[in-house]
Amino acid sequence: MPLPRLIPCLDVAHGRVVKGVSFVELRDVGDPVELASHYGRGGADELVLLDIAATPDETATMTSVVARVADVLTIPFTVGGGVRCVEDARRIIESGADRVALNSAALADPSLITAIADRFGSQAVVVAIDTQDDVVFTHGARVATGVGTVPWALEAAGRGAGEILLTSISHDGRRAGFDLRVTAAVREAVSIPVIASGGAGTARHVADALRVADAALVASIVHENPQGITGLRREIEACGVALRPVQEEKDG
Amino acid sequence: MSDVVVVDYGAGNTRSVGAALAHLGYRSTVSADPGLLRDARYVILPGVGSARSAMAHLSVTGAADALRARVDAGEPLLGICLGLQLALEDSEEDGGVVGLGLVAGHVRQLRRGRVPRLGWAAVEPGNDVYYFAHSYVAHTQQAVATSEGVTAIVRSGSFLGVQFHPEKSGAAGLRFLDQCLSRA
Repeated sequence: MPLPRLIPCLDVAHGRVVKGVSFVELRDVGDPVELASHYGRGGADELVLLDIAATPDETATMTSVVARVADVLTIPFTVGGGVRCVEDARRIIESGADRVALNSAALADPSLITAIADRFGSQAVVVAIDTQDDVVFTHGARVATGVGTVPWALEAAGRGAGEILLTSISHDGRRAGFDLRVTAAVREAVSIPVIASGGAGTARHVADALRVADAALVASIVHENPQGITGLRREIEACGVALRPVQEEKDG
Repeated sequence: MSDVVVVDYGAGNTRSVGAALAHLGYRSTVSADPGLLRDARYVILPGVGSARSAMAHLSVTGAADALRARVDAGEPLLGICLGLQLALEDSEEDGGVVGLGLVAGHVRQLRRGRVPRLGWAAVEPGNDVYYFAHSYVAHTQQAVATSEGVTAIVRSGSFLGVQFHPEKSGAAGLRFLDQCLSRA
């Protein structure tokens, strides 16, 4: 199996990277292109850009961010938020993203997963699942759907998803460790890779997540010091999880 | 004139290949024009999409014949991911697709491990680690390197194919692309 991946996630709103607690009090933390470039050079294995303010009239702003990130980044990246149809996916992938992440739109219309996978391949389709108490939530983790987390992950995989991005709502932002139980349950059920998300506070937390998942998403622990990702990698390896060897990359 | 032409087949992430080439100081153009594809100093067939729609697009535009003529004449062509798989005789993908036939062999679905096979893995022989994202893989006698037991690099005449994405493999990937281009 390929090496476990460390994936910083950038929340983007109106063309800027933001940070906030529970979608209110968003604070501007920087330029997405600059931050993406830092993470790329610092040793991220992949990036996720989430358009958290996605509205139809802001499509052009996000497309331009994606294109500018693609021009500086030499590692893969996934874009989520506001992907509602095949045309949205096409626009994002042709702007240089490797994969799109679907969340509420896939639940509303699961055939969207297959339509995008048929056109761009399964590897290009990530299905993001926000979970709490083994039930899927949507709309920024506010609305419970009544759909079971494991059954939905299985359906998404069956319809052509290439990866599951699983966020535990109760663990997210608390920096007290990932929800290893639900992550292991989903990964056991599906035969596609799974990214663990929500709860990273220390290198040990990430290492623990990487023992039960194929990748781990990290946000707040790296945003405070984007250059610190190189040190974080070393600490994760010291916990006994081998990552890819990272070489110093020159500015292009 | 551009140094490199990146083949346009309608669904590719051609921008990332162009960006990687720009990092290395090469100018590139994205095109499906048969004349350009025959005469360019170097051509890259990138890889995102499905085999059937890619082959249909390459055939309709005349790019398929231009790529065959190019390799017959001994001119360099680099296939990346799906671009490698399209070079073989046929693929199991999409219920069976006839390929460009530049390389003897067949493309089959990955059947072990998690599929798609996603992430960074070592390529042997060598020490470098590259990014892979694939559900199908080439089975050919022309394989010259493997990764975890699956074909990673294929060489046949002037065709070179890689299952990984050098344009997405950080410093190691850029170094690989630079070597391909400087040897051509």
